[in-house]
Amino acid sequence: MSLNYMTPAFIIERDKDRCIDCQVCVRQCANEAHKWDEEEQKVYSEDANCVNCHRCVVMCPTRALSVRRFPLEFRYNANWTPETIRAIYLQAETGGVLLTGMGNDRPYPIYWDHMLLNASQVTNPSIDPLREPMELKTYLGRKPDFLKIKNGKLLEDIPPQLELDVPIMFSAMSFGSISLNAHKSLAAAAQQVGTYWNTGEGGLHRDLVQYGDHTIVQVASGRFGINPDYLKAGAAIEIKIGQGAKPGIGGHLPGEKVGEEVSKTRMIPLGTDALSPAPHHDIYSIEDLRQLIYSLKEATEYQKPVFVKIAAVHNVAAIASGIVRAGADVVVIDGYRGGTGAAPLRTRDSVGIPIEFALAAVDTRLREEGIRNKASLVIGGSIRNSTDIVKAIALGADAVYIGTGALIALGCHLCQKCYTGKCNWGIATQDPQLYKRLNPEIGAERAANLLKAWAHEIEELLGGMGINALESLRGNRLMLRGIGLTDRELNILGIKAAGE
Amino acid sequence: MKRVYAREEYCVGCKLCEIHCIAAHSKYKNDLIKTFKKDTNPPVSRILVEENKPVSFALQCRHCDDAPCTKACIVGAMQKDPETGIVTNEEDRCVGCWTCILVCPYGAIQRDERGHKVASKCDLCSENGKVPACVEHCPNRALEYGEEPFYLAKGK
Repeated sequence: MSLNYMTPAFIIERDKDRCIDCQVCVRQCANEAHKWDEEEQKVYSEDANCVNCHRCVVMCPTRALSVRRFPLEFRYNANWTPETIRAIYLQAETGGVLLTGMGNDRPYPIYWDHMLLNASQVTNPSIDPLREPMELKTYLGRKPDFLKIKNGKLLEDIPPQLELDVPIMFSAMSFGSISLNAHKSLAAAAQQVGTYWNTGEGGLHRDLVQYGDHTIVQVASGRFGINPDYLKAGAAIEIKIGQGAKPGIGGHLPGEKVGEEVSKTRMIPLGTDALSPAPHHDIYSIEDLRQLIYSLKEATEYQKPVFVKIAAVHNVAAIASGIVRAGADVVVIDGYRGGTGAAPLRTRDSVGIPIEFALAAVDTRLREEGIRNKASLVIGGSIRNSTDIVKAIALGADAVYIGTGALIALGCHLCQKCYTGKCNWGIATQDPQLYKRLNPEIGAERAANLLKAWAHEIEELLGGMGINALESLRGNRLMLRGIGLTDRELNILGIKAAGE
Repeated sequence: MKRVYAREEYCVGCKLCEIHCIAAHSKYKNDLIKTFKKDTNPPVSRILVEENKPVSFALQCRHCDDAPCTKACIVGAMQKDPETGIVTNEEDRCVGCWTCILVCPYGAIQRDERGHKVASKCDLCSENGKVPACVEHCPNRALEYGEEPFYLAKGK
């Protein structure tokens, strides 16, 4: 064996005055960063194994633990940063592609934080949401060009719509990438709050069919777990073309994660790798996409809206226009900060564009072409709080998807090691020893609480603007002002600068 | 009567229940650091996590309706309170003959040989009159304290 150049990324600090050697940390660390010395009758740490997931820190009954960045420094170099050097060491050792989990963590500008919201003063009254009714109800789906009414009744049927009590849905995360208990938590929370969760490309576990009315079933390039019953079980169908974390790349669920339940749900042999191709091999054009959209509509008797999800890439506006013309009822755009269970690091960090620009560009384009009513627009890719949502809706989104935020509510600490399958929080793992750490009763409460809390905040913000229904904010870019943005950026976002 | 019920599907095997049980019955009541640092002779845990990975669950006295230990006790130290139903061992009277351990169908009684040899068992934290310490500190709701088992309650 040759010398390993990798040094620990984190250091575990144990306050010896507080540590009672109870070994809770030893039992809770799947990475074996805490060990028990039988001879000394003492707990000790193996820093190199620590991924800084905070499981031990939170579980420690005497709060004796803390984790920090390992203090070892390289000679200062603005060009060759420690991350760059360490990546080379790792690749020189393994010869492999660098893998990572969760979303892009690079210090690109966060445009949400460069937009400010309006409020009412004197000339129009603000509204107190505690005293007056506020409406967050959102309908997703194709809207007719105009309404034909006769004798007070609609003359034609409205295309199928999804009814959301809050404009927030849980984005696609497959059973396989995350645990069944995580799926159960999200499904139950969606039902409780009156919104939807998304199966991701991993089929729908039989225990979750009961949540069908609040489920969006996904159809992706691997076609895992898809059959007529699956399509009919959901409230809507989503065709996944791409995802923000890894545009242009397929998926790879390692065979170790394909246990009996995943195998049954995905309809693939036990222990085999589940490979989702980069493209859909039957989609090479908008016309091909139209065929798939209409195949799915035909299979579900035109009763369910069909979503098409793409990653935000350079020509997103033109692509979205094509998707609407192909017959999608909802277009989903996933920004470059969107999360994932596993992605090549270089793709995650350098492919795609910010969701704020993509959203503004798509909404503008669809309006200019007069087809904005033909599809709803849902965005995702690092929605971090309720103001991000309000800003997204003012920019033109109908609703948002949250993935990372939802997982954080379930206990995720963003250690970015989802791809190892050793998630200490029981989320991104199929290990029975680990996934039972996520009790779906607790998970559902926490995920539902997050949605309720954000809904309250959205109502507060709307009230401040003097708006009593989310519909009135939708695409209302006059409620936004840019700060610290160039003219070109303001132009793309379609907003004025603060002070204008 | 109210009992502690284990839900093995959510037991993460952390043994925080054991640690808090020890502290709850130590002379430094509920102070973990003092219990483990200063008490040279800390109590034995009255709850035991049984583990055969990935299955684990915490077991403690079931406070049986017809408790065999109370009948087997040769000195009358093991008694079931007719009001609360809690089975407790009066340690002053206990002579440490272990007959109760022999007859307990759950193996829920421990030997406590720290001083005067006694049988040590769950008292449902009857002294503090609240939720037992193990239930209170379970991080994943794998222990429930209630009149009837959760699996019956949920079925209604």
